[in-house]
Amino acid sequence: MAEPILEVKGLRKEFGPLVAVDDVSFSLPEGGSLAIVGESGSGKTTVAKMIVGLERPTAGVIRACGADRSLPPRSTRERRRRGREVQIVFQDPYTSLDPRQTGEATIDEVLRLHRGWDRDRRRERIKQLADLVGLDDRQMRALPRSLSGGQRQRVAIARALAAEPRVLILDESVAALDVSIQAQVLNLLADIHDETQVSYLCISHDLAVVRQLTQETVVMWRGRVVERGTTAQVLDDPQDDYTRRLRASVPRPGWKPPGHTVAPAAV
Amino acid sequence: MSPSASLLEVESLTVRLPIEGGMREVLHGVSLEIRPGESVGLVGESGSGKSMTARAIDRILPPGAAVSGQIRFGGRDVMSLGGADLKKFRGEVAMIFQDPRAHTNPVRRIGDFMTEALCTNQGVSKQDASRRAVALLKDVGIEDGERRLHQYPHELSGGLLQRVMIATALLTKPRLLLADEPTTALDVTTQAEVVGILDTLRSDLGLAMLFITHNLELAAAICDRTIVMYAGQVVEVRQSNRLHDEPLHPYTAALTAARPSIERTAPRLLAIAGRPLSAFEAPETECAFAPRCPYAQDVCRRARPSLVELDGGMTRCVRASDLVGHMELSAHG
Repeated sequence: MAEPILEVKGLRKEFGPLVAVDDVSFSLPEGGSLAIVGESGSGKTTVAKMIVGLERPTAGVIRACGADRSLPPRSTRERRRRGREVQIVFQDPYTSLDPRQTGEATIDEVLRLHRGWDRDRRRERIKQLADLVGLDDRQMRALPRSLSGGQRQRVAIARALAAEPRVLILDESVAALDVSIQAQVLNLLADIHDETQVSYLCISHDLAVVRQLTQETVVMWRGRVVERGTTAQVLDDPQDDYTRRLRASVPRPGWKPPGHTVAPAAV
Repeated sequence: MSPSASLLEVESLTVRLPIEGGMREVLHGVSLEIRPGESVGLVGESGSGKSMTARAIDRILPPGAAVSGQIRFGGRDVMSLGGADLKKFRGEVAMIFQDPRAHTNPVRRIGDFMTEALCTNQGVSKQDASRRAVALLKDVGIEDGERRLHQYPHELSGGLLQRVMIATALLTKPRLLLADEPTTALDVTTQAEVVGILDTLRSDLGLAMLFITHNLELAAAICDRTIVMYAGQVVEVRQSNRLHDEPLHPYTAALTAARPSIERTAPRLLAIAGRPLSAFEAPETECAFAPRCPYAQDVCRRARPSLVELDGGMTRCVRASDLVGHMELSAHG
């Protein structure tokens, strides 16, 4: 079997006395899609941060694209290589873009840094990426403040893809979007997955989003993995108590909150 | 539904706000009604005007707002209330916000926050107010109320703090609760608990509620009727139990179809083209949803449709009677 594109083994992170991530292991095959599901405090975002190098693991191994990244990079070259391999799209498109930089300039900077292309080639690639995420010229030349949330998130996705990463981490990337826009971005992410063979690590609390976007799922609770399997298995036949409770809490047609007393039939 | 008199009546509510140098209309003639003890959902995407509607009702619009139309609560004209009457009104119509942390003072204790309205507006003694606060905290599932009263907001989790907000809102014995996305910032399991508490208390106390959310299914779960807003207008009013399977307006149908399902993976989601219009962008001469509507025809672009009764509900769609039962509701065929 081929080596996974991303592999995490025995990952642990302590913040003082608090163990935020405790013995977490999973692997993401090339071209695959894996969800880490959990609520606030589950440690899912800390795992993502350790993978991209924003937090340093207390213990454990992270390997991506055949290279170890458990320890901080020792050179600029190494740091950039890691950046190229794994990119991340954050939850909040309002704070994750530079307010003084247009979409075009944002992507241009990534292309200059990671690809070192000349101006014409960069311009051509910017156009391609804009088409891929569905932004027009005017939107690409606008500052974030004049873009909607959905448009900003498209810029963030285009920026992440500009580095041509092999792993894209989606950290609650559609959570802040309106339902109608969320569907557009989810379809876009599915298209990109089909077209580019990029692998997805999807961090989310939204089980319906996870079902739509991923093949496999890891459920985290209080820093630990409590359940794993194919996404369909985990959602259709949850084994762990916490996964069951999570599944049962999602409002859906006919759903009633706990403690709801059934009203007598309408007269 | 019994034809009891309305508790709250909003008629042709229009709100204009100073935006980018001009007065822009952000609510276009919103009309709605809530009966005593009834829970009504107000659903829409960002910019649809759902929060603005609640703020107009509670008279907490931003400065410079120009309001026209009628708001009547228990038969009284809300717009003309002032001074002591307005304070009394706000005791009867309590509001719960999305972000409890943004609506508490971080340097004041929970107890002071909870009892302030009772002590200053209703002249209740500090001791009495605290006793009532502890009793209500118990009702929302917080057993150690005494201790909580001495804590600061940062010492409580989001879910706990939102329960404190609910208890606080109930302290003045309101008749109507305006709940503006009260569980949106909470985890799903916490949301289920908080919504469960809200739902139980509301029916026990016979309290009416306007529950604002972007989540159709959540609204349907705890509301008798659901009102759907788009671009500053009410586009549909429907019994909640019929909203999902028998929507009247194409926008409601599109929202239902766009949402991914926890049950299965769709080959492709039925996304709604374009983006939601902000209320002030809504055209006066055509249906605001027409540019994104898969069923739009020339007739939809001739005038802004009015809200008409249909099949026990209301819809703002000129093609509604042709479309009912024929709209695509799921990406799963």
